Amino acid sequence: MTQNLVIIGAGMATGRALEHLLDAEPDAYNVTLFNAEPRGNYNRIMLSPVLSGDKAYDEIVTHTAEWYDENGVTCRFGEKVAGIDRTAKTVTAANGDVVPYDKLLLGTGSNPFMIPLPGHDLEGVIAYRDLEDTERMMTMVEGQKVVVIGGGLLGLEAAAGMAARGVDVTVVHLMGHLMERQLDEAAGYLLRKALIDKGITVKCSANSKEILGKDGHVTGLLLEDGTELPCDLLVMAVGIRPNTALAAEAGLAVGKGIHVDDQMVTSDADILAVGECVEHNGALFGLVAPLYEQAKVVAQTLLGQEAAFVQKEVSTKLKVTGCDLFSAGDFADGPGREDIVFRDPARGVYKRLVLEENRVKGAVFYGDTADSNWFFGLIKDGTDVAEMRETLIFGPAFQGGTPLDPMAAVAALPDDAEICGCNGISKGTIVAAIQDGATDLAAVRTVTKASGSCGTCTGLVEQVLGATLGDDFVIPAAQSMCGCTDLAHEEVRRLIKSKGLKSMPAVWQELGWKTTCGCHVCRPALNFYLLADWPVEYQDDPQSRFINERKHANIQKDGTFSVVPRIWGGITNPDELRAIADAADKYHVPTVKFTGGQRIDLLGVKGEDLPHIWADLNKAGLVSGHAYSKGLRTVKTCVGTDHCRFGTQDSTGLGIRLEKMLWGSWTPHKLKLAVSGCPRNCAEATCKDIGVVCVDSGYQVSIGGAAGMDVKETELLCQVATEDETMEVVAAVTQLYRENAKYLDRIYKWMNKVGLDWIKDQIDDPDTRRALADRFELSQSIYRKDPWAEHARDKAETYQPLANLTLEAAE
Amino acid sequence: MTNWIDIGALEDVPARGARMIKTAFGCVAVFRTGDDQVFALDNACPHKAGPLAEGIVHGTKVTCPLHNWVISLETGQAQGADEGVVNTYPARIEEGRILLDAACLMRRAA
Ligand SMILES: Cc1cc2nc3c(=O)[nH]c(=O)nc-3n(C[C@H](O)[C@H](O)[C@H](O)COP(=O)(O)OP(=O)(O)OC[C@H]3O[C@@H](n4cnc5c(N)ncnc54)[C@H](O)[C@@H]3O)c2cc1C
Ligand code: SF4
Repeated sequence: MTQNLVIIGAGMATGRALEHLLDAEPDAYNVTLFNAEPRGNYNRIMLSPVLSGDKAYDEIVTHTAEWYDENGVTCRFGEKVAGIDRTAKTVTAANGDVVPYDKLLLGTGSNPFMIPLPGHDLEGVIAYRDLEDTERMMTMVEGQKVVVIGGGLLGLEAAAGMAARGVDVTVVHLMGHLMERQLDEAAGYLLRKALIDKGITVKCSANSKEILGKDGHVTGLLLEDGTELPCDLLVMAVGIRPNTALAAEAGLAVGKGIHVDDQMVTSDADILAVGECVEHNGALFGLVAPLYEQAKVVAQTLLGQEAAFVQKEVSTKLKVTGCDLFSAGDFADGPGREDIVFRDPARGVYKRLVLEENRVKGAVFYGDTADSNWFFGLIKDGTDVAEMRETLIFGPAFQGGTPLDPMAAVAALPDDAEICGCNGISKGTIVAAIQDGATDLAAVRTVTKASGSCGTCTGLVEQVLGATLGDDFVIPAAQSMCGCTDLAHEEVRRLIKSKGLKSMPAVWQELGWKTTCGCHVCRPALNFYLLADWPVEYQDDPQSRFINERKHANIQKDGTFSVVPRIWGGITNPDELRAIADAADKYHVPTVKFTGGQRIDLLGVKGEDLPHIWADLNKAGLVSGHAYSKGLRTVKTCVGTDHCRFGTQDSTGLGIRLEKMLWGSWTPHKLKLAVSGCPRNCAEATCKDIGVVCVDSGYQVSIGGAAGMDVKETELLCQVATEDETMEVVAAVTQLYRENAKYLDRIYKWMNKVGLDWIKDQIDDPDTRRALADRFELSQSIYRKDPWAEHARDKAETYQPLANLTLEAAE
Repeated sequence: MTNWIDIGALEDVPARGARMIKTAFGCVAVFRTGDDQVFALDNACPHKAGPLAEGIVHGTKVTCPLHNWVISLETGQAQGADEGVVNTYPARIEEGRILLDAACLMRRAA
């Protein structure tokens, strides 16, 4: 007698298993197929094209009513199985029917995970899993608002599908970049840009707090930071959980999913499972490729054949038109790895391969996925790529030939070959310009614009110069910022402004960085450039700062730190001194020293004590002196008219005002000021970065002094009549320095490059001066704050060891 | 034999950053790269024992805060012209937690 096979769930996995089974032995089983959804098997992954309107539901049905009929499958659609009795070997349908089985196949799929935020049960809060969800999203029309929580594959497909219908969509994503499990930051950045171009609002690093509603219906989403996003529908696409409830109730072994062996058999020999509901060797599944492999195996097992499921690499593509991305393999774990990175900013292309022992382990492509299958093949087969390593990233077309001499390659290019992608300049145009007398890079750039935008073709332009002029042209050794780029600091600064690059991944991508995430040379510089140019938009990145600025204290050679509280203008009082003395006692500070900047240095503080000593000093009103920063250090003063018989102005008062205006600001290098009350100059103002010397008729502001490895006297910038004007001049020149200087150039070095006259021109023009001072003030509205207080309050934990294993290890 | 111990949550270590842990045999720096790999190394540069946990992390390397030696997180080898090597210890991530091989830490002591 034929055996009874009962299948629970008519999804993609069981559907495929059924096909294999019926192909091999149509009469092996009497099949009964239950499905909670009121329909048979359809191609779930094509719901997104249905949502965007590119396909109709009919087109994505895998098995029609006729198909089930022809193959003798008893369909019980719209009926959820309520229980399994393993002793009696029966299942019970929702309506109470009891159906006996010889073999039972579970294919219950997954449940979308719903974050239990307040309001998650409001009407209008849905997941994205089945046709009902899709149809609900399709009711949204132009002008309506939808919030999608989750910037993964599903969330973005939902967002793009609705945006294509003219719906106003906002994606709220918890992590720093989109699809963080499949993409690295660079690809995430490009994807975000493409989605924004489609009119979708993307909020990363955004934490949802509460779903708002009215009369039982959703009206908006409230974020942790207080932002309120109104919406008519809220889609949660934050992940899936294997649907194991039925199996667990029946007493089958269940972990995160239903445990199965290599034959897809559960802990009960007569019950098999397949699809997203299973757990195999600790792994869960969320893409169809491995499920189809499982389906093959489960069919063979049911037919008594030998078969074993083996996990393979999976790859992901996003089904959103205009966003070509591909990610495969594993770039998240394991030592001995190397990256090969290729970027083509003009085309918006990013490719990254992760290699280990000459084998490709992972790949992320954005913008050009034409060769992704070839690479995926290399990953799956574990091909040894040692031979083609140099040209590997360019894909299969480039393999097999000998590497070209770059100069010969350029010489061989036809005249209409494009050299500068940004400006659309061909080789012929550049050659013509050279023949007309433009014989160096700057001249070619001026005449043709080639290499004047993103600058990444600079090398190519130089090669064209070389090929055209022969030995008359020596390709200059680029003074690049670091090994990650061929661009010089100045070019990077210019491009950050002109291209509006507001994040590190944006710079890395648009300027063609050769590494995944920069190095210790370029990252601190980029962090400064970005925060100086985009104070409001850019978020300071502590991980790109040297330790002193990250921990707001100076590291000493023995790994301890020094702590220097700010003493405004060098003026203190007994209470502050007492608090400093108490702190020195309490934290066993071995050395207490007066600095040259009129303050007190507590040397030898343990890293772990930093937040505590800061909190104590804060209580007495003392804040960070930034003695560790590329930023404002001190404003040294003399006693001026308050006490000195020669004093012409209130130098102390002005010094304190200046320090209160400037503190907390970041500058290309350290910034020291001084104010002397008369030309006797007791505050040594003329060897500071900015010095003010008071005279009877007003204030002389001079810049570019130094008293370090180089000793320099300041040069006069201007003389003004009032304290207020002095304040504005100092703010303006500080901002000019912040906006233009190369990172780690003191003012005198910057002045040598741009010339004092140019600086004077800017400061003498009242409009320019005011605009500079205004921009400085805008930046200060964010950075004028005490980092000690902030760290003592919010980050104290991070100053402690992550774990203390001294006890455990001693056992 | 391995003996994986849970030393903390991945999110407690900033991406492209590190935290230090104390062991009976000295401090170990636990690094997290930009793409969420974790590595554990002795917290002392082979040059002048600089605290590597305080360095700038880039790719799978860290730059020592004292004299800018660049150390591979994978092998512990100093890069470029510099020569020296730091002990490394097996580390991995499981369900958002960082695990270190305690057995290996102990072996160092022996
Ligand atoms: C919008 C969307 C886009 C996707 N895009 C891709 C993609 O591009 N590439 C890719 O590889 N994957 C994609 N996926 C994932 C892919 O669709 C799933 O991996 C696949 O459908 C899982 O198949 P399954 O058979 O395990 O489960 P399902 O297809 O979910 O089928 C399970 C079925 O079991 C039924 N069921 C559950 N419990 C019971 C019960 N007690 N009684 C009766 N019936 C029950 C459910 O109603 C459901 O119909 C996408 C998924 C979605 C939702
Ligand atoms: S600089 Fe002039 S005003 Fe100031 S203390 Fe010296 S002599 Fe007095």
